Order: sequence, then C-alpha cells, then structure tokens
Amino acid sequence: MSVIVGRESRVVIQGLTGQHATFHAEEAIEGGTNIVAGVTPGKGGSTHLGLPVFDTVAEAVAETGANVSGIFVPPPFAADAALEAIDAGVEVVVVIADGVPVQDMIDVKRYLVGRDTLLVGPNSPGIITPGECKVGIMPSHIYRSGRVGVVSRSGTLNYEAVQQMTARGLGQSTCVGIGGDPINGVDFVTCLRAFEHDEETDVVVMIGEIGGPQEVDAARWAVEHMTKPVVAFVAGSSAPTGRRMGHAGAIVSGESDTATAKMDAMEALGLAVVRNPARIGETVARVVREIGSGLTRVAAR
Amino acid sequence: MNIHEHQAKELLGSFGVAVPAGVVAYAPHQAVAGASELGGERWVVKAQIHAGGRGKAGGVRVAESPDEVGAIAEELLGSRLVTAQTGPAGAVVGRVLVEPAAEIVRELYLGLVVDRGAQRVALIASAAGGIEIEESEADLVRETIDPALGLQDFQCRKVAAALGLGGGLLRPAVKLMRGLYRCFVETDALQAEINPLAVLADGSLVALDAKLSFDDNAISRRPAVAELRDLDEEDPKEVDASGHGLNYIALDGQVGCIVNGAGLAMATMDAITLHGARPANFLDVGGGATPEKVSNAFRIVLTDPNVKTILVNIFAGINRCDWIAEGIVSASRELEIDVPIVARLAGTNVEEGRKILAESGLALTSAENLDDAAAAAVASLKEAA
Repeated sequence: MSVIVGRESRVVIQGLTGQHATFHAEEAIEGGTNIVAGVTPGKGGSTHLGLPVFDTVAEAVAETGANVSGIFVPPPFAADAALEAIDAGVEVVVVIADGVPVQDMIDVKRYLVGRDTLLVGPNSPGIITPGECKVGIMPSHIYRSGRVGVVSRSGTLNYEAVQQMTARGLGQSTCVGIGGDPINGVDFVTCLRAFEHDEETDVVVMIGEIGGPQEVDAARWAVEHMTKPVVAFVAGSSAPTGRRMGHAGAIVSGESDTATAKMDAMEALGLAVVRNPARIGETVARVVREIGSGLTRVAAR
Repeated sequence: MNIHEHQAKELLGSFGVAVPAGVVAYAPHQAVAGASELGGERWVVKAQIHAGGRGKAGGVRVAESPDEVGAIAEELLGSRLVTAQTGPAGAVVGRVLVEPAAEIVRELYLGLVVDRGAQRVALIASAAGGIEIEESEADLVRETIDPALGLQDFQCRKVAAALGLGGGLLRPAVKLMRGLYRCFVETDALQAEINPLAVLADGSLVALDAKLSFDDNAISRRPAVAELRDLDEEDPKEVDASGHGLNYIALDGQVGCIVNGAGLAMATMDAITLHGARPANFLDVGGGATPEKVSNAFRIVLTDPNVKTILVNIFAGINRCDWIAEGIVSASRELEIDVPIVARLAGTNVEEGRKILAESGLALTSAENLDDAAAAAVASLKEAA
C-alpha cells in the first residue's frame, strides 16, 4: 500500500505533448508509472510517447480508465484544466504550475465542494510513490522505496530531505508536495492522516515554511491523532518580515508566521523538530532507530 | 503589486465606492492649483508612497490655505519619508494627493483578504478604524464569501449592522461593500483595505484612505492594473530580476545566494545563518532556468557591494543541472567575478552538470550537500576577510 498514488494509479497527463511534460512523463514511465493517456486539446487522435492523446479528459477517462491526472499546462490555463479533470471524475488531480492566479484557485476549491476528487497543488512538484507511480517533476533517481512518508510545501526542499534520507538508506513510502500557494489542495493534515493509516509508513517528515498557521495546526492534529512520529522542519528562520519569499504563501505577517515560532510551537507539542535543514536525514535516522528500539512511541499521549 | 492611494481611490471610485474628490500633484504649483480647484477652506496633503504609517511620519498634513498646500507640497516632494513600514532608508515622495479636509465623526475599518483558513475571500471589518488592524483580531467582523455567489446584500447588511451603520447609512454601506468586492474580483486583487472608512459630519460614508495590492500572477490579464505600476517604488535590482524571471530580495549579509525553489532558497539562507554568516539576498531562479537566466542571476547578485562570496545551490527537478552549470561558466567568463564561488548541484542531469564545471577550469568549490556548501561559503568569507 501507499498514499494517494500507487501501483493501481492509471495516469493521464494533461498537456502531455509539451516539453516538460514529455521529459517527466518519459522519466515516470521508466520508473514504473502506469501512464495511460495524454490530453492536449486539438491533438486528439494522435499518439505521443506511444500513448493515445485525447482532446478532453472525459474521453481519456472513458477510453483508458484513467483515475489520476497530472496537469502540466501553463499557469493561466491550469485552473481550467483542473476543473475539467474534476468534472471528468478523476480521483486525484495534481497541478504542477507555479503562478496560478489566486482567484482561479478559489474557484477550483469551490468546485471541489461535494466532490470526491483529491487535489494536489498547485505550485507543487507533484507526488511520488517510489517504484510505483510518479505524477510530477521530481528527479526520480534520488527516491527509494521505503517506509518514510514525506509531505512538504516546497518542492526543492522535498528533494533535499529525500536525498539526505536516501543517502542513509532510508527509503520513502510516498512523497507529497502540497505546494507553496495560499490556496491549494490537500493540506498537511490530509497527508498526515493518510500516512497514519498507511501500513507501509513508519515515520512522517513534514516540511513547512514561513507564513500561515498550517504547520502548527497540523502538529496539533498529529499529537491528538497519530501514533507515528513526525519529524518537522520549517524553512525561513532567516527571512525578513513582510516580504513574500518566492512562494505566494511564504510571508511573515505576524509573530506566529515566523519559522522559529512555528518550530517552537511544534517542539512544545512533542514533534521531533529539526532546526538545521542539513540535518533532516540524520534526525529521521535517529527517530527510526528509536522506533526500532521501542524508545519512540511517538507524539502519542 | 502595490499601487498608490490616489490610484486605489480612482479605481475604487470607478466601481461605485464613495471616495473624496482629490488632485494628484507632482510639483508644488500643481498642488496649489489643485487646492483652488477643489475649493473649501482646509485641505489635506498626503505623501504618496506605497508604504503605510505615513501619518505618524509626517507624510499627511493639513493646510489652511492654498499657499500652505503649496508649502507643504514643496517640503514633501522629493523628501525621503521614513515610516514604520519603509525601513530605515525610507521612500522618496514623488507625488502628493490633495483633498479637501474632512470633518470626521467616526472611523471604521473595512477590507477584503484571501482567507487561507476558509480558502475563500473574506470581508473583514472593525468598528475601530485608523488602527493597526492585525493587532485587534478579536474585534474583527468576518464574512466569508462564496465565489460562486459573490458578496450578497444580506452579508453587507450584517457587516454594516455590526459596524453600527444603520438607518440612512445602511444603503450607502451596502453599495460601498459591493463596489469594493466587485473591484477586488475584477482586478484580481489579493488585498483591499479602506482604513479609515469614515462617517463625515455631513452624514456621508467615505473611503478616506485606500490600499490595494494585486496578484502578480494575474497582472497579464489585467492590463489596466499593470499600467498603475510605479517602478520608482520598487528596488531596481528586484525590478531587474523580475524582468528576467528571477525572484530576488535584497538582504543585509555577505553571502550571495543563487538557488532554485523558494523553500530551498530559504533553507539555504537558514543554513548560512546557522554556520555563522548572513545571506546577502534571497534569489530563486525558478523552474526552467536557462544558462542566460543563471548568468543574469550572477549579474544581479554581484551588483550588491556587500557580496563577498556566492553560494549556488541547485536541486534540479524540472530544471537541469547541465544548463545551470553552463550558466555558471558563461557568467564567470562574461562578468569579472572576484569573489569565491561555491556550487552545489543535485538532481536532474547532475553528472552532466558536474562534468561541465570540472572541465571548465573555473576556480570554484564544489560541494556535495547543503551542509558542506554552507560551511564552504562561510569559510571562504572568513578567508577573504
């Protein structure tokens, strides 16, 4: 088993014929991902990478049974593509685009109300269950199949944490990039819940950044509901107040938005907080040893 | 993107929000003429800079005659206004707004924000205007807006009632709120603030100050908003960077940073700080970084005279290490770089990237991981000192 995507995922790539989509779809297929179709409006009926290309997601779903969509279209068109995938009944929709207008995403979130689709992103590296399914742009070669779940706002910090773990022989069950935007799909809590219920995950790494209450809210949820340990890092201790640090959502507006305040709060709640981004792998290794020796039975009460 | 108060008022006015009459002046004589044109006996002269806190810093003054309006404008224009929000360097005043002085009976607060918790736009209001609103969260009235319905009249009435805007003020309040929301949606704003929203002695309800900021990711579909950009209000280096698809924020340390991804860029700054030095900047080269983009990143980072060493930290996903490496090589050939460079490459096409750097003959330090990279950058700083 794994979280959100896995061996059973049948992936359609929206925007498959584009340059980045082609590069990453090829890499994903090599890594074992079951990509079944592409969608590029106007190119329906053609084939690309040996895959059938459709004009609409609805056709792709009807013809191939696709249940996961990876959206690789440019930011101005990403919300429309997401709405199309949700309307087609796709179970998981992953939006990679960085720069989707906030109000477009507010509309997408509204459209999700009452529907079962799980949205990942936007401004996300995607999601990967190593060896089974990759829907995204992450460099597959750094990932190894294993028992650590990873959830992060940042894409590149997800890679950073994973590389540190893989270098220590710690593989990953599933890695999710929830994205750096203020309006986004799955949040930390949704991912923590999924990892808690996943039999193949022993430890969860949560990587946040400045801005917003979500990390501490998730930590509070974890302490109340999880039996598995959570290792946490928040980027941006050295960031100035009032400046948007790249990600639309990464801005310190008040004291509780700072990385230090978040990490203090998470530590006080009992999470294994890492203050140095270069020590994430090391900390996970320590926590894994403690589980093995029965020392850590977690954040649990 | 932020705009000036007078621009926000013009924009809001076009959506039916009640705003005071006003004249923008770029020179004292324009301010005097504006005051005469507006008429009345007292005027306010307001320095137009993007930062808030102008009142306390002396950037908002009352004048009793058109001549005094001119004298104040003379003093403000070209001066450097230092407010709580500008930082110690302050901001140069390039224009002033002249308005008839209003006789205020009550000051309220009204705003629209993107509510991250609700994942929707929310109308927020407070009966206490003219204050630092984030400090009084408890007194805020909040009404979340369903994007499919838009702001409804009943919601406006609810908020108006909570603000004590009953009777004859109810209808103008509803009209003002609806106009504010329509403006917000139709300009792709991220934040709108009317502070204060004032009840005047003549019984009218007016937006006495207004602040709007817009979604940079939607500017391309809002040409009318794009035209309001005032480049004089922005850091020239940040403008230069954004023109090349780079996200640059100047900081006060000595280690120049060139990183991909906002999260890794922040973590790199954190690692430098943990090793005892400080980052000179935040710089995210973004996805799809070409050699040209990387070369521009070097150029921009090096315009900061405080930069004594450069740390390149790239973890390529959608990027390619070979392109980044080519960028580093061409930057060091084109620019006269006299500071040490530490480069850490990882991810997509990393072997090709490392090969390009190794074969280039450049005197740079290659680091295997984040910790080594930060340590090497900080060490090179100490050697240079």
